[in-house]
Amino acid sequence: MTMSEIFESEIKSNVEVAPTIFKMELDAPELAKIAKPGQFLNIKLPSNEFTLRRPLGIASTLNGVKVFYRVVGRGTKFLSELKAGTILNYVAPLGNGFSLQEHSKVLLVGGGMGIAPLLSAAEKLREAEVLIGGKNKAEVTFWIKEFSRLPAVDIIFVTTDDGSYHYGRKGFVTDYLPEILSADKYSAVYTCGPDVMMYGTALEAIANGLHCEICFERRMACGLGACLSCSIETVNGRKKVCKDGPVFDAREFVEPENILGN
Amino acid sequence: MSELLQTEICGIKMNTPILAASGTFGFGEEYENFVDLQKLGAVMVKCITLKPRSGNEGVRIAETPMGMLNSIGLENPGVEKFLAEILPRIKKYNMNVIVNISGSSVEDYGELAKLLNVDGVAALELNISCPNVKDGGIIFGTDPKAAFDVTAEAKKNTGKPVIVKLSPNVTDITEIALAVESAGADCLSLINTLMGMQINVDTWKTTLGNITGGLSGAAIKPVAVRMVYQVARAVKIPIIGMGGIKTCADAAEFFLAGASAVAVGTANFLNPNVTMKIADDLEKYLQRHNLSNISELVGKVK
Repeated sequence: MTMSEIFESEIKSNVEVAPTIFKMELDAPELAKIAKPGQFLNIKLPSNEFTLRRPLGIASTLNGVKVFYRVVGRGTKFLSELKAGTILNYVAPLGNGFSLQEHSKVLLVGGGMGIAPLLSAAEKLREAEVLIGGKNKAEVTFWIKEFSRLPAVDIIFVTTDDGSYHYGRKGFVTDYLPEILSADKYSAVYTCGPDVMMYGTALEAIANGLHCEICFERRMACGLGACLSCSIETVNGRKKVCKDGPVFDAREFVEPENILGN
Repeated sequence: MSELLQTEICGIKMNTPILAASGTFGFGEEYENFVDLQKLGAVMVKCITLKPRSGNEGVRIAETPMGMLNSIGLENPGVEKFLAEILPRIKKYNMNVIVNISGSSVEDYGELAKLLNVDGVAALELNISCPNVKDGGIIFGTDPKAAFDVTAEAKKNTGKPVIVKLSPNVTDITEIALAVESAGADCLSLINTLMGMQINVDTWKTTLGNITGGLSGAAIKPVAVRMVYQVARAVKIPIIGMGGIKTCADAAEFFLAGASAVAVGTANFLNPNVTMKIADDLEKYLQRHNLSNISELVGKVK
């Protein structure tokens, strides 16, 4: 496992790509070289007002390191107001990352801000298809732009809660998933987003005999496995999202009898 | 390592009087990339109980103005696994390991003390002040008689120094301090977190799954300094001061108030190497004030 360390990098850009959603690019060539998809940064906000760092998943390591975040509280609001040129202190790379085994074609299933780590996975995979979901058109179109640039991505399936993206479907990614899995051959499914979406995706993937990896998002303090703020229950006992994860084999969360019962 | 900072607390030789506080530092190994663990006075490791505990459900932390709330709920692998796997693993760091222990009965503390009376453990810290679990800790920390019993039981079962970690969630902290001193405690550590809670005004729900949690960070520092000051005047045993320390100046306040050593907790989350910076700055501070050892600063508030 790569050693995490404290980095300081300049913000190259920090722009709103959809209402309340920001894309931030860091000038971090060394980190880009060592970071794996699914790993994250723990960012120190440049102000004495904050007690905790903010963990953000790495969304891209092409041309600098990129992260995406939604403004939900004081910390992310402060982050969104930082200008290009600001020096940002962060601990990275943290966590384990996706396995990126020699899969032939991987289906990436994401919802909301959980799509970010899947983008960095798509950069490293040989062949991928994407199924993403968001609240509305504005919350999916910038992701579609990001994924469609990547040569490994063949098809992008889209759902919106309100049906406002007309080239996609109205509903949740888990509604669409069975159809997609039965229409084509995949070697694995990677998923990141709300827990309900990930568990639904994992059940479906495992029922289809596919290897599935889940990438969790949790509140964290240290990011180093010390404070246990992000601890979760698995079939093998308690695990730390920051250190043992954030990526887990989906079977750690799905009892075999759940699958057989389906 | 600088002689200015070298100290000894109840027989434990420390390279610096800067310790890492329990619950914020894991078992020390999590910080090895950021900290010279031998430069810490000791690592007060994550609380250990007799049986493994999975901790509290739901959201466990929340940031607050100049602080944070936590309700981890003493998640830990249990003493058996600590002794079999963790203690042998962290031996290589050659650091002073102080084991924080919690139980739900007086006997639990005695049994834990006996089991942990082994090589590689420098001292025990009795957690009688965790506000986040119903069946342990704080019930012993808010009643002088219970605090006395737990301390006496632990002392009876170990040859190690016994440090008792006091709760600030009491009317008169000196009453508890005097009780545990008379029961044979070798040292006191204070303060544990202050009980608090946060409500989300959009959802009308509490942020923490456990409803209440322990407040830590800069916000609690004045309360902690006041309590260290009061306790230092009441007891003869040494005090490890803690509560919101994130700079050398913060640490100096605790020494002046009467602490013989200090522990850094929440600040480790923001700056994983903060303890090293505090130690380096403290050395310069002592030089600036023409002091030849940290002990000359203890209790010198005018």
